[in-house]
Amino acid sequence: MAQALDEIKIGGLGSSRKRVEDDRFLRGKGNYIDDFKLPGMVHMEILRSPLAHARITSIDTSKAWQIPGVHMVLTGDMAAQHNLAWMPTLSYDTQAVLATDKVRFQGQEIACVVADDPYIAKDGCEAIVVEYEPLPPIVNPYQAVAEGAPIIRDDKEGQTDNICYRWEVGDREGTERAFAQADLVSKLELHYPRSHPSPIECCGSIADYNSATAKLTVYMTTQAPHIIRAAVAIVAELPEHMIRIISPDIGGGFGNKVPVYPGYVCSILCSILLTRPVKWIEDKTGNLISTHYARDIYYKGELALRKDGKILAVRFHCDSDNGAFFSDAQPTKFKLGLIHSAFAAYDIPFGYMTAQGTYTNKAPGGVAYRCSFRVTEAMFFQERAIQAAAYDLGMDQAAFRRLNLVKSHQFPFRTPYGFLLDSGQYEKCLDVALNAIDYDDFLREKEEARAQGRRLGIGISTMTEPLGAGNSREYDILGIKMFDAAELRVHPSGKAILKIGSKTQGQGHETTFAQIVTHELGIPAADILVQHGDTDNTPFGMGTYASRSTPVAGAATAMVARKVRAKARKLAAHLLEVSEEDVEWELGRFHVRGAPNNGVSIQECAMAAYGNMPDGMEPGLENNAYYDPPNMTWPFAAYIVTVEVDPETGVWDVLRMVAVDDCGVRINPMIVEGQIMGGMTEAYAMANMQFITYDAEGNCVGSNYMDYLLPTAWETPGFELHEVVTPSPHHPIGAKGVGECAAVGGPAAFVNAVMDAIDDTGVRNIDMPLIPDRVWEALKYRRDISGAPPVKSDAD
Amino acid sequence: MYPSRFHYEAPRTLDEALDLLQAYGDEAKVLAGGQSLIPLIKLRFAAPAAIIDINNISGLDYHEEDSDGSLYVGALCRHRTLERSPLLRSKHPTMSATAPLISDPMVRSRGTLVGSLCHADPQGDWASVMLALGGEIIARSTGGERVIPVSQFVVGPFQNALQPGEIAVRARVPAPRGTRSGTYLKLERRVGDFATVGLAVALETSGGTINRAGLALTGVGPSNIQCTAAEQALAGKTLNASTIDQAARLAAEAAQPKTDVRGSAEFKRHVVYTFVTRALSNPQARAA
Ligand SMILES: Cc1cc2nc3c(=O)[nH]c(=O)nc-3n(C[C@H](O)[C@H](O)[C@H](O)COP(=O)(O)OP(=O)(O)OC[C@H]3O[C@@H](n4cnc5c(N)ncnc54)[C@H](O)[C@@H]3O)c2cc1C
Repeated sequence: MAQALDEIKIGGLGSSRKRVEDDRFLRGKGNYIDDFKLPGMVHMEILRSPLAHARITSIDTSKAWQIPGVHMVLTGDMAAQHNLAWMPTLSYDTQAVLATDKVRFQGQEIACVVADDPYIAKDGCEAIVVEYEPLPPIVNPYQAVAEGAPIIRDDKEGQTDNICYRWEVGDREGTERAFAQADLVSKLELHYPRSHPSPIECCGSIADYNSATAKLTVYMTTQAPHIIRAAVAIVAELPEHMIRIISPDIGGGFGNKVPVYPGYVCSILCSILLTRPVKWIEDKTGNLISTHYARDIYYKGELALRKDGKILAVRFHCDSDNGAFFSDAQPTKFKLGLIHSAFAAYDIPFGYMTAQGTYTNKAPGGVAYRCSFRVTEAMFFQERAIQAAAYDLGMDQAAFRRLNLVKSHQFPFRTPYGFLLDSGQYEKCLDVALNAIDYDDFLREKEEARAQGRRLGIGISTMTEPLGAGNSREYDILGIKMFDAAELRVHPSGKAILKIGSKTQGQGHETTFAQIVTHELGIPAADILVQHGDTDNTPFGMGTYASRSTPVAGAATAMVARKVRAKARKLAAHLLEVSEEDVEWELGRFHVRGAPNNGVSIQECAMAAYGNMPDGMEPGLENNAYYDPPNMTWPFAAYIVTVEVDPETGVWDVLRMVAVDDCGVRINPMIVEGQIMGGMTEAYAMANMQFITYDAEGNCVGSNYMDYLLPTAWETPGFELHEVVTPSPHHPIGAKGVGECAAVGGPAAFVNAVMDAIDDTGVRNIDMPLIPDRVWEALKYRRDISGAPPVKSDAD
Repeated sequence: MYPSRFHYEAPRTLDEALDLLQAYGDEAKVLAGGQSLIPLIKLRFAAPAAIIDINNISGLDYHEEDSDGSLYVGALCRHRTLERSPLLRSKHPTMSATAPLISDPMVRSRGTLVGSLCHADPQGDWASVMLALGGEIIARSTGGERVIPVSQFVVGPFQNALQPGEIAVRARVPAPRGTRSGTYLKLERRVGDFATVGLAVALETSGGTINRAGLALTGVGPSNIQCTAAEQALAGKTLNASTIDQAARLAAEAAQPKTDVRGSAEFKRHVVYTFVTRALSNPQARAA
C-alpha cells in the first residue's frame, strides 16, 4: 500500500521550510552586483549637482581628461549626440540622463567619469569644473503653484506652470448629494512625508557591450529585468534580442530598483563607446538623494457622516510632489497609482477624489516603496480620517470601524472608486485583534493613567489593499500588459527547474515558488530549482514589486505545474495501461481508479516522458504558462498599537503591537511572518523617525544613514502576530499578496495610538514622523503640526 | 569608500609617531578608532596628506586609577571597554551611564574616548562628561608633555587645542571630593544617533551636601556647554525641589540650541530643563 505523501514534510503548501537562499547569503556566498569582475572592466563614478536649481553656464572637463587612468568623461552634450541626454520615464514624461541646460534637484547627474579604478574616477569627478547660475528652489507643491514660481520644466515645450498632471476618479455629483444629507462632516488635512526605500545595497550595473557580437549584456540591480530589457531597447535604440539583462542577487529593492536610472544608462553608453565592461556602483548618498523616493503627498479629505455613525460618502484631494521629473513607476492609466483604493475596506456608497501633481526641485520618483502603487498613502489617509471621524462623532473607534467595514456576505464588493474586492472576513480580523490587545481593559487602564497625569493611547488600523496587478484590461506599463509567466521543466529523474519572470530581492521566491510546484505535483521542494533574473533564460515577467509576485507569477507557477500534471496523467495512463479517465491524482502519484495500490509516482511519469512515452507523444515533460489575473487579490489586516507618551519630552514608547493578517492561503507561514515583521518595522520607522526632507535652499536632509534613520532591533517594538485565512476565490491556490500589508497599514496604527494619547487636546494631526519635538509642541500649544518642507530653522 | 590619495603610516612606538607627526606637520591626521575620521575622508570632507595610524602602538589601551584616585584613560581605550568596565561601574556613575549611549556596538568597539575629545564634535557625548567631571587631556610632542583642562581643550566645533606635532596620549579625571553620583541622559532619535539633547551630571557630595557639581550639555550649542551658573548654584547646597528647579532653569538658560530637523530651539531648551530636573531628582537614573 503506497503511503500518502505528507505535503508539509516535502515542503509543500503550508510548510515553514527554511529559505534556500539564506545559506548562500549567510555564508557570504551570494553574488551581488559588486561581486562581479569582468576582464578589462573599468569603473564609472557620477558627478552630481550640489545645487537644487540652477542654470549650467559651463562644464569644463579638460582637467579630468588629463588624469592618468581616466578613459572617458561623459557629459550631457556628448550623450545628446547619441540621443541619450534625456530618456522617457514610465509616466510618459522625460528625465535628464546628464544635465545639459539646468540642474533641477540636488544630486542630479551632470557628468560621469570612467577610469581604471573608482578612486581615479572619483578624482576625475572632482576635477570637473561646473559653473552655475542659481535659480530659486521649490521644495513643496504649494511653492510650485505660487504666483511667480520659476518654471522648473522649461525644457518641455508648452509647459507654462509646474503642474505635471491632474486626475479625478469617482462620482462627483453623487458624492455632493450625499454630503448635502450628512449630519456631520469630518475633515482632515495631512502630509505623508517623503521617504526612501533605501535598500542596503545601492544601485549598480556592469554594462558589457561586445563589439564583435553586438550583444549588450547588462548586469544590474533590477527588480524587473524583462521590462528593463524592453526599456533599454527603446531608450538605447538597440535590438531587443541582442540585449541580455542579468539581475543577480539583490540586497533589497523595496521598489527602489524598478526604474531605469541615469547611472545604468551612462554605464551602457560608456561601454558601447569604450567597448569594454563598465561598472557603476552607486554610493549611499547617491542612492538616497537621486534615486526614486516614495510618498510625499498632501491630503485634504472629508467624510460625510450620519449621526448613527454610518459613512455616507468620502471625498478627498491629493497634491503630490513629484520632484523634477514625473517618473512614477506605475500602471499607465493611473496618475497617482491606486490612491483611489482609499476607503476600500468600508461600505461607503459614494466617493470622489481629485489629484494634482507638481514638479519641484527634488529627486524624481514616486515608486511603490513596499507598496502597490500609492496604496500606502491611501490606507494611511483612510485610517487617520476614520479615527478622526470616530472622535468627531464621539464614537468608539473600534465600534465605528465595525459599523462601516464591508461585511463578509457582501463579497465580491464594488467600491465607489470602481475596484472589486475579492473576499474577506473584516469583522473577524478586527475581533481577533481587539481580543488579543484586551481592548476594554486597555481603555480602562488609559483612563486610570490619565487621572494620574500619564498619557496612554491606543491606535487601530484596519485596511485592505489591491495586490497583484493587473488584469491586462486595465493595467499596463509602457503599453505592456501586466501579466507574468512561468516555465517548468521536469527532468528524467523527476527533479525540476522552474523559471519565472519575477525577481526576488529578499522575498524568498526560490523557496516559496518551489513550494507551489510541490503542492501541484508532489515533487519535494528540495528537488526543484527556481531560476529567475536572467532575460535570456527566463520567460517574460513584469517583475517583482507591488506584492504582485505570488498573485501573478505564483499563479502562473501553479498553472504551468497543472499543465505538466496533465501531460504526466497521459504518461501515467500509458504506464498503468488504463485510459486517462481511469487515472486518479493524489499528491505526487497517479493510481488506477478504485485500485489505489496500483499507481505510478510523478517521478516515474517523468522518466517515462524521456524513455517510455506512448507512440505519437512528444517527448519531454515541460511547459510554460502565461497568467493574466482576473482581478487583484485583496488581503486584509487589523493592526492595533498601544503607546505611552512622555509629555515632557514628547518621546513615545510602544507598549504592545498586535497584527492580524488575512493574506489568504499561506504558502510558507514563516516567510509570511517575516514579511509582516519587516513591513511593520518599516511602518514603525515611518511613524517614528524616518523621512527625507529639504531645507529652504533645496538641500536634501537625509542624505546618509546618520540623517536618514533606519530603525534597529534595539528600538523596534515586538510584534504579536495572528492570522485569519480567507482564500482568494480567483487565485489558483487561494493566496493573496502580503509583502506590504504591514508597511501599508502599520503607520496609521502607530500614529493613531499617539493621537489617542493626546485625544483631550483638540489636536487633529501631527505629521509623520512623530519625532519627540512635534509631539511636545502639539501638546504644549494644542495645535496641529505640519511636517512639510522646508525644514524649520532659526530664521522661522 | 573612495577617499583622496594619502600616505599611510603605522608607527609601532609613540616616539616614532611623534617623529612622523613632526615631519608631516599639519598635513597629517592621527587615526585612533577611525569612527569620525574615516567618515570624513570617505565623503572627502577631509583630505589629509598623511594618516598616522596609532593602533599598533602598545601601551595606550588602558583605563586605570592611580593611588590618589585619579582615573586615566589611554588614547586607545575603546568605548566598549568603558561600557564593560567594573571600575567605571563601581566608581564612575556618569561615565558608566554614558558609554552604552555612544552610538552602536560596532562604533563602540572601535571608537575611543580620547579620539572623541580630539574630534570635538559639538554632539560628542564624552566632552560633556569630561567637562562635568573637570577632566583633562595630556598631550605629548617630541618636546614633552603638557596638561590641558578639557574646558580649554575643546576650543570650538571640531577644533581642539592641540598643536601640530602633538598627540593626546590620555585623559585624566581627578579624584572626587566626597562621594560621586551622577548620570548621563540623552535624547536620541534612534540607537546610534547623536544627541538631540545630552546632559552630563556629576556630583561630589558629603553627607548630602554638594561639594562640587558638574553639569554639561551636548548637542545644544556650537560646542559642548558647561553650565557654570547651575554648577555654582548647587555648590554647597543640598538637593531639594527648589535647588533642583533653580539649577534646571540655569542650565536651560545656558543652552544655545538651534532649530533644526531634530526639533525647535524651544523644545531642546525644555528638554534640558526636564533632564536636569530628572537627573538631579534621581542622580543614578539612566534614561531617554
Ligand atoms: C555611526 C556613528 C555614530 C556615532 N554616534 C556617536 C554618539 O552618539 N556619540 C558620540 O559621542 N560619538 C558618536 N560617534 C563618534 C564616535 O564616538 C567616535 O569614535 C569618536 O568621536 C572619535 O573617536 P575615534 O577614536 O574613532 O577617533 P578618530 O576617528 O580616529 O579620530 C577623530 C579625530 O580626532 C583625532 N584624534 C584621534 N585620536 C587622537 C589622538 N590620540 N591625538 C590627537 N588627535 C587624535 C583624529 O586625527 C581625527 O581628527 C559616532 C560615530 C559613528 C560612525
